[in-house]
Amino acid sequence: MNETDEPSIAETAPVGTSPEDAHDENVAHNVSKHIRAYLMVGGTLITFTAITVFLSYVNFGTMKANVAVAMVVATFKAGLVAAIFMHLSNEKRMIYRILMFTAFFVLGLFFLTYLAWYDPVTR
Amino acid sequence: MEIPYTVTARPDTGLWNAKVGIWLFLASEVMLFGGLFSAYVFLRLDADPGVWPHGLLNVPVGTMNTAILIASSVTVVMAWASLKMRKFRAYWWYMLVTILCGVIFLAVKLVYEWPQKFEHFGAFIKKDKLEKYEQYLGNHHLAEKGLPPRTEISGHLHNHDALHDENAKEYEIALDPVNADPTNPNMDRPHFLYVPPTEKMATIEKEDVEYANMFLPKHSAYFASYFTITGLHGAHVLGGVIVFTYLWLPVGTKLYKRNPEHLANRVEVAGLFWHFVDLVWIFVFPLFYLL
Amino acid sequence: MDASSGLATHPPAEHPAQHEDHGHDHHELPFWRKYIISTDHKVIGIQYGITGLIFLFFGFSLMMLMRWQLAYPGQEIPLIGNLLGRMFGPGAVENGVMKAEFYNSLGAMHGTIMIFLGIVPIAFAAFGNFVVPLQIGAPDMTFPKINMASYQAFFFGGIVMLTSFFVPGGAAKGGWTSYTPLAVLADKGQNYDPFWNGQTLWLVGFILLITSSLLGAVNFIATIIQLRAKGMTWMRLPFFVWAQFVTAFLLLLAFPPLESAVVMQLMDRIAGTSFFMPTGLVVNGAPLHVSGGGSPLLWQHLFWFLGHPEVYVLILPGMGIVAEIIANNTRKPLWGYKSLVFAALVLGFLSFVVWAHHMWLTGMGSVVSAFFQTTTMIISIPSVIILSAFFISLWGGSIRFNVPMLFATAFLPMFGIGGLTGIPLAFNSADLYLHDTYYVIAHFHYIVAPGTIFAVFAGIYFWFPKATGRRMNEFWGKVHFWPSLICMNIIFLPMFLQGMLGMHRRWYDGGQGWTLAGEKVWGLSGFQWNTPISIAAWVMGLAQIPFIINFFWSIKRGQKVNDNPWEATTLEWTAPSPPPHGNFEVTPTVYRGPYEYSLPGREADFTMQSEPMTESDRKAYETAAAAGVH
Repeated sequence: MNETDEPSIAETAPVGTSPEDAHDENVAHNVSKHIRAYLMVGGTLITFTAITVFLSYVNFGTMKANVAVAMVVATFKAGLVAAIFMHLSNEKRMIYRILMFTAFFVLGLFFLTYLAWYDPVTR
Repeated sequence: MEIPYTVTARPDTGLWNAKVGIWLFLASEVMLFGGLFSAYVFLRLDADPGVWPHGLLNVPVGTMNTAILIASSVTVVMAWASLKMRKFRAYWWYMLVTILCGVIFLAVKLVYEWPQKFEHFGAFIKKDKLEKYEQYLGNHHLAEKGLPPRTEISGHLHNHDALHDENAKEYEIALDPVNADPTNPNMDRPHFLYVPPTEKMATIEKEDVEYANMFLPKHSAYFASYFTITGLHGAHVLGGVIVFTYLWLPVGTKLYKRNPEHLANRVEVAGLFWHFVDLVWIFVFPLFYLL
Repeated sequence: MDASSGLATHPPAEHPAQHEDHGHDHHELPFWRKYIISTDHKVIGIQYGITGLIFLFFGFSLMMLMRWQLAYPGQEIPLIGNLLGRMFGPGAVENGVMKAEFYNSLGAMHGTIMIFLGIVPIAFAAFGNFVVPLQIGAPDMTFPKINMASYQAFFFGGIVMLTSFFVPGGAAKGGWTSYTPLAVLADKGQNYDPFWNGQTLWLVGFILLITSSLLGAVNFIATIIQLRAKGMTWMRLPFFVWAQFVTAFLLLLAFPPLESAVVMQLMDRIAGTSFFMPTGLVVNGAPLHVSGGGSPLLWQHLFWFLGHPEVYVLILPGMGIVAEIIANNTRKPLWGYKSLVFAALVLGFLSFVVWAHHMWLTGMGSVVSAFFQTTTMIISIPSVIILSAFFISLWGGSIRFNVPMLFATAFLPMFGIGGLTGIPLAFNSADLYLHDTYYVIAHFHYIVAPGTIFAVFAGIYFWFPKATGRRMNEFWGKVHFWPSLICMNIIFLPMFLQGMLGMHRRWYDGGQGWTLAGEKVWGLSGFQWNTPISIAAWVMGLAQIPFIINFFWSIKRGQKVNDNPWEATTLEWTAPSPPPHGNFEVTPTVYRGPYEYSLPGREADFTMQSEPMTESDRKAYETAAAAGVH
């Protein structure tokens, strides 16, 4: 979103064609810092899988409550996958924009499940 | 003619092409599975009380498959990180583990879980005949506890012909534990470990049955959505495995020698897809196995 | 995922030399690589265009057949009646008379083919492929191989749809909406083949078409985000590119839910599931042996979740084409460029929350109805903004009435009629009466037929010189235009009357047996109006012949023109005609907005986007800004 008069985009950036050229020490360093995080997230996800299995055998009163609890755990796990494994915690603005549109529309889509209660044919 | 920004990022967006492409594709995938999940919720909210089944799937196996998929998500991100650090050997091993995880996941599904369901039988009893089968359903006991009623009697079908034979008048079933001992409080909620059908036999007249079938997609709205969603999810796993295998074979090695960053980008893109498949499973697992 | 394999990146300095080399390389490509499985966006665009035009004409032919049955119900089809009988068997056409089943097939396939195999491929895929990369100064699409796969999926989807005419029982009969449970039960009589039947093939073909659209949409969005030329900022994109961008997003996000629904209907038909089959369904007096527990309304929801955005998929590219042509031929900047862009975006957003206004008759609760009625009212605002901006753009222009401009100007009132007549349908109460009558047919055809199709024709006449280096004949273009315009109106205006008489859109006998259809309106009864409508439809079929001949004749013999025959400003006109593989001899740089016509202080009345700013331009801008223009 650059609206100045001057051309804003460099025509191209230099590209490495051999392993040595493209190997940026910084990149390697940054990536190695993340490895611990990846392993920890993996561990957390498996732990929470066990937790969600356990919670499904706990009676929270109604089925709805149990569903809600399970969905909260699942959403937390999905959030971890998206944020850490899919690098969404630190992504470019354009990707966020695309996903914002998608989130809006997927909410619209789930609106139809609300309409299930207005089904006069079977209800 | 060549297309810019295939490997390096475009300065103003900070992205290379395939990354934009995969995220757009994933956006459409969100809508695809969104459609299926909203259909699931729609049908489940719409179901008559007691019709939506619980605890029919094998929870330990499902839990194991979940763990396998999560592990593969870790290894694929490690494979990518190894490439970024230019450790090809490590990449090769992580990728191999990822592929194996995918294959095991699919094998468990196709060789064990699905066929086991196909051999199971269930009969929905007509509403006005529920009382007749009270000894297998235990609805009085459930009503006392304020739980939804049971409408289905399930187990191992002994006279398979009865499904198609017009002359057969009844189904002979070796009952599932829940129908064998319906008033046992332990049966009010599903079991964690899978328990096979008991020796106890029951005879159900076809006349009293609303609808009966093996646990195939056509058995009920529950199994219809279970097989459709896990089937489509399995197809995605298969697609991921194929792409990973392609990147893992010598084709990937060659690309690494020519331009390691390009291979890293491809692994990242394939990995994003894989994480998404994992993410879908994170919702499939509780919705079908646990609730 | 990453289709750009093997494309190493080179420094830009090599560009000119590169292109010359490629020019030579390209000549050596064998015919099938160059034209059949090409990865060049221009070739794919033309492939889409020609295949789409063939399907468009085929779909129109189906309608010409139906018009016979409507005007002369039960009478022998002249000339081709016996031929049809031999082609489709006595189950479809007996003794030259069309049977009801065949009529239903024609109706369902007319809708499906026109929308998914005609308009979307032409308006979105063909023009988008050919024009968008050129307009943003890109060498090609971001993923050329995926682009090729997109066309191939479309092509095979089309083949599957056509094949379904020849399987026992004929093509799909459930209308283009394939409402359940009828569609699930369709064709399931004796000799039912689980795969080779009309409805199943329709679903399979649909999956291919959806796949094609998805691949195309990903490619379009990625191209517009990633491959804009240096200096081509978002607010310098031609409106056509914006329209395609929004369209691509609609396809990307609205099609997948339908794909899931199609998969579910396929499961219902093949695996016997009951996603859309309610409990206790009775067919022919016997309860159906299915598990039940499904919901027919679920299909309608998922279908219209695509179905409504699809309407904007059909119209937005048309609006984009018209915007380009209007700006070019009025020799003025497009009025309200920013409003147009934001209106298109809002249109895209809102189109996802109005779908249930197609379902008033299902008896939704009043709260839900009120919600969808409100959103439907709101969505008319951006449409009106766009149309108003186009009308205002005409004001005070010295208009060049060439053939593209004739079609583009005709688009405006036609789309206006279509849009305004939609408002009564948006109201629950009025729609209870008008639902499923010819009024609805007339309403949406005014938007799509003289609307989008006219825009498509305008676009073909407009960009033809870019694709071939030759111009289409003006005189024969006018011979094509005027009869088409007149016939369109004779066809669709009376349908409003028929609809208000309560004539149902799916009647096989054209309303002959409906008492109210005997009532006279403007001298003819509702049923009698079928005759002039049908005659106009056939005349319009004839009026397309000059276009077809003109099109092919001009490829070889048309008047040769320079690279910028319309004196337009956007980037595609800086490329050679036809553009070589890789498009531009020198990668263009953009310095200004898309519609710099009649800039003060300039000799020529158009200034191309790639012309650098001069001192006088800056001054002109400042004066304009001070005067509050733009």
